[in-house]
Amino acid sequence: MPGASKFERLAYASNDWIQVTVEGQPVQVRPGDSAAAALLAAGQPAARTSAVSGDPRAPYCLMGICFECLLEIDGVPNVQGCMVQVADGMNIRRQQGAPVLNDSLAEGVPA
Amino acid sequence: MSNHDVDLAIIGAGPAGMAAAATAAQLGLKTVLLDEQKGPGGQIYRSIIQPAPADEKILGKDYYHGRSLALALKNSSLDYRPGTSVWALDQDLSLSLSGNGQSQRIHPRRLLIATGAQERPVPFPGWTLPGVMTCGAAQILLKSSALVPAQPLILAGSGPLLLLIAAQLHRAGVAIEAILDTTPRKHYLTALKYLPGALRNLPLLAKGAGLLTELRRAGIRRITGVSELRALASPDGTLGQVCFRQGKKEQTISAATLLVHQGVVPNVQLSRSLNLTHDWDKLQQCWRPHIDSWGESSLPGLFVAGDGAGIAGALAAEAFGKLAALQIAQQLNVISEQQRDRQSQVPRRTLDRQRAIRPFLDALYSPAREFLLPVDDTLVCRCEEVTAGELRRLARDGCPGPNQAKAFCRAGMGPCQGRMCGLTVSQLMADERQVPNSEVGYYQIRSPIKPLSLGELADSAN
Repeated sequence: MPGASKFERLAYASNDWIQVTVEGQPVQVRPGDSAAAALLAAGQPAARTSAVSGDPRAPYCLMGICFECLLEIDGVPNVQGCMVQVADGMNIRRQQGAPVLNDSLAEGVPA
Repeated sequence: MSNHDVDLAIIGAGPAGMAAAATAAQLGLKTVLLDEQKGPGGQIYRSIIQPAPADEKILGKDYYHGRSLALALKNSSLDYRPGTSVWALDQDLSLSLSGNGQSQRIHPRRLLIATGAQERPVPFPGWTLPGVMTCGAAQILLKSSALVPAQPLILAGSGPLLLLIAAQLHRAGVAIEAILDTTPRKHYLTALKYLPGALRNLPLLAKGAGLLTELRRAGIRRITGVSELRALASPDGTLGQVCFRQGKKEQTISAATLLVHQGVVPNVQLSRSLNLTHDWDKLQQCWRPHIDSWGESSLPGLFVAGDGAGIAGALAAEAFGKLAALQIAQQLNVISEQQRDRQSQVPRRTLDRQRAIRPFLDALYSPAREFLLPVDDTLVCRCEEVTAGELRRLARDGCPGPNQAKAFCRAGMGPCQGRMCGLTVSQLMADERQVPNSEVGYYQIRSPIKPLSLGELADSAN
């Protein structure tokens, strides 16, 4: 119900729920949610930390303009969380600073 | 590719794009409608096929008007492709697009950009704190997810959307701590001279008055004449308090969410990427592509319709989309000039009436100077964390405009590609150099316009 200190869900138009994982925790979300909305519904205010100062940043525009909701979704970094619809089993993680190339990509690159 | 795949490609399935697509398809034009979202509607009619809130009273009937536009997309001549991003445009009107991880190029005879508006970025000290978001963002959460913001909740800014989202959240049972109205008092006087035009759209004026009455009856505290807005962090690094000044009095209110709004501006990312001619709109304080009365831009065959061509609202966008489609159909010899003129009478009247009220609204709700030219310690470029003070210093040191400045300070070079700082950087530098905005110009926008994986890029070469 409205009145709480985090984002709260109103009566929803359908009975459908989808299960995703946010920061390792299973969360029930709604089919119309974007990954960024799922993050807010899970009570996580910040989506990422700034690649410059490390300060926390949160979804600001939710329409693909601000790039503040960059998330790691199913292992892919730098994804605009507001532009991706949730799907069953989706793994959503906050992005810490600038993403780094993972080891498998870096393998074989001459030092 | 020299042959044409389709008659018309439309980018954006908001009111302008949907109306244009339905009109073109009805006339038999082979039309493709490309949109980033999973469903039609744009932002104003977001999630209109499956709105999230069970209670339709929350969003109100203007929102549900979008249903008829979305339903009209069911036409065999229309290839509607949701979940598709356009990441490059060429001078020959061909587009590079990406959807489901695959890239493709299409070459239409005519191209219509209907990418609408974005909210004007509202730089002020503390606007990057988690807990500060735009009124439009809160409305998207309401439409798509039936989510309402954490409380205590404060709204701050100026413009019709501020009042609308306040009313919608109140209908949803959300307690609003305060509405901080930053409309400068002198704007009420300036706007008066545009009142005769506004009177041509009495329904919209009545709607605005109705919203104010609804909020007053609800007992929501509306503090007017607010300036020096600042957001302060709590110990956990998220929003804790909102500070502001009303007259001589400084006030601080605790808040978990601050929703901000200073109007909307055309999304010019695609039109800029083609170097189309853009004009500075003094009343709306933004750039807009230079177009003729049918929406055709400085590049023949490329049209811009809806709020992306200048802010006039959803009903105007719908009418403008139809007009652009009619002109395109005439250019492609599907209808005669007489047929075009006859069919354009009704949408033209609608467009004129909707535009007539704009000067009044634009003058009244023009952003206060502190949001156009923020104080020195405000982050202007959120991505690269460049302050207003640094940009002023660069202008004083001889940097002529945004494209030179970014080489020194990286403003505009982060992931948002200048969408959040572009307007402010131009205005700060113009103000510091005491020259018109048109002289300092805007960022050179380059493709890819949207993020693209290397796989998708490689795919496009095939």
